[in-house]
Amino acid sequence: MEAYALLLAATLNAGTVLALAALGLLINEKAGVINLGAEGMMLCAAIAGFATVVHTGNDWLGFAAGMGAGALLAAAFGWLVIWLGTNPYATGLALSLFGAGFSAFVGIAYVQAKLPERVQWVVPVLGDIPWLGPALFRQHPLVYAVMLFTLALAWWLQRSRSGLILRAVGESPESAHALGHPVRRIRFAAVLAGGALCGLAGAYLSVIYTPLWVEGMVAGKGWIALALTTFATWRPARVLLGAYLFGGVTMLQFHLQSMGVAMPSQFLDMLPYVATVLVLVLISRNPAWIRVNMPASLGKPFSPGA
Amino acid sequence: MLQLEPRPQPSPLWRWGSPVLALALTVLLGIALFVALGKDPLRGLQMFFWEPVKSGYAFGELMVKATPLLLIALGLAVCFRANVWNIGAEGQFVIGAVCAGGVALLAGPGTGPWIVLPVLLAGVLGGMLWAGITALLRDRFHANEILVSLMLVYVAIQLLSFLVHGPWKDPGGYNFPQTRTFDAVTQVPRLLPGSRMNIGLLLALLGAGVLWVFLFRLRAGFALQVGGLAPAAARYAGFSSRKALWLALLISGGTAGLAGALEVAGPIGQLTPYVPAGYGFAAIIVAFVGRLHPLGMVLSAILMSMFYIGGELAQSRLGLPKSVTGVFQGLLLFTLLVCDTLVNYRLRWRSR
Repeated sequence: MEAYALLLAATLNAGTVLALAALGLLINEKAGVINLGAEGMMLCAAIAGFATVVHTGNDWLGFAAGMGAGALLAAAFGWLVIWLGTNPYATGLALSLFGAGFSAFVGIAYVQAKLPERVQWVVPVLGDIPWLGPALFRQHPLVYAVMLFTLALAWWLQRSRSGLILRAVGESPESAHALGHPVRRIRFAAVLAGGALCGLAGAYLSVIYTPLWVEGMVAGKGWIALALTTFATWRPARVLLGAYLFGGVTMLQFHLQSMGVAMPSQFLDMLPYVATVLVLVLISRNPAWIRVNMPASLGKPFSPGA
Repeated sequence: MLQLEPRPQPSPLWRWGSPVLALALTVLLGIALFVALGKDPLRGLQMFFWEPVKSGYAFGELMVKATPLLLIALGLAVCFRANVWNIGAEGQFVIGAVCAGGVALLAGPGTGPWIVLPVLLAGVLGGMLWAGITALLRDRFHANEILVSLMLVYVAIQLLSFLVHGPWKDPGGYNFPQTRTFDAVTQVPRLLPGSRMNIGLLLALLGAGVLWVFLFRLRAGFALQVGGLAPAAARYAGFSSRKALWLALLISGGTAGLAGALEVAGPIGQLTPYVPAGYGFAAIIVAFVGRLHPLGMVLSAILMSMFYIGGELAQSRLGLPKSVTGVFQGLLLFTLLVCDTLVNYRLRWRSR
């Protein structure tokens, strides 16, 4: 039983990384911009956050550094795609490739570095409940923050005026422009927000989840997060559930290994990637379903003069 | 202030000028990086642009690395021109290497040099199979090819890892995760004594020629590109987008698989976990910097190979991490995208 409590706890932890990144990408995509650079932003943020914590000893400064790194790279991406009209796929890929190289380059100095003693967070009272305590209430505060953020984001997108404008920019930039909304600036702001959240995900990964720096440590989580937005048909609550589901798949591989399942570890390591492909196949089977839910102008450039 | 003004027509000068300007900008950024790290920038530039061409042997090594890059990029160019976003060439390269390695392991003392042909063929088929999964899932279930092809990279790398840690591990290899060294007879024939260049280079150059004919002289190549640029027009003309999808993915899977086969049956000579060296990703940059044009890609493959060799030399001689290669590759693609703006826009100074 105790093992399942730990499995659940680990699932929430792993899901938080994916949820942070995927919610950021959701904001991007709701505004009509698709950023394939998530993996690169997460890698750069992971090393930025890790290095900051190594030098300052403060996790929160590390998170801030990660968000800053993510937003900075997203700004470069946004400027290219939104103002210079470059191909978003190629630009996002450039960001991912550059991020992988740059983080490896900067990270060399931190490969053996250790972080100060990690704090074990426990929610007072609730954390002491047998089974439920270790399963749910001994997590880093960000794990709970991301749940609240999901609710807030869902409310903001559906119910607030500014959320409506963001969606309008993603659905029909021409109409939003005609109503006097600065489409490109709104898109840029959404890209920055997405970059910052991907950055936070990367920093959480290297500072809390792992916690260490290894070259290429994001290991496709940025791409899985991209798949998650489609899987969740661009709804925040489903993104969060999907992230926990994938977090669970990641953790299952360790669990099966510890239970002594006779399967080569490499096949267990494949699980998250195979699961992503399977889920994409399942969700994409019906193109009409995707079309109804997808922001109508996703990936389409907009220029006010044209 | 500086403003962008749309050109009536794309500028042919900047279409080819842009990669050159991008390279110049990347070099400038590289110099800045060397200075920031307290390294002599001239020595740095020497590592990247002079050492790889200064002797016959060095030039051969340059070609050895350019070969897989060019082969993969040729296939990717077909994909990108057809608007099929295959970014999983690395996985197709790995599976090509695995299949070729499997055949090479069958070779024994009595095997003749004919074995090279089945080795390379196995690589091509393996790459096609791996890309075919992406094509099938895209065609049958509309699954996004970007994500599927990329996820399959990780699956392919794990598959390779399983084989070299498990069933194919060399029993006499001191427990290292690698296969035994392939029989000498499986070695891809070399071109010149004293250089590791092999017939792979000729195949890649031949491939560039074939691609040129395919893209610019054959109806099938034309149909494929129309399908990529204007799907509606292609449908009207009776060109099938499904056919284009399959064709593009199978061609690029095949070339990536061939590149993988040439690597393991050539310079590497066995299967190890280090077979995936990032060529599949670097080839994406080769394809874009080479303008998806066969001749351009020959040049950009050589350039990217210089980055690889320069990075290795910078590590051994200047004490810089080898990953400086990845930084420059990424920067080059970034600056290229910025410079490409000049193809469709001109800069105008305008006072407000």
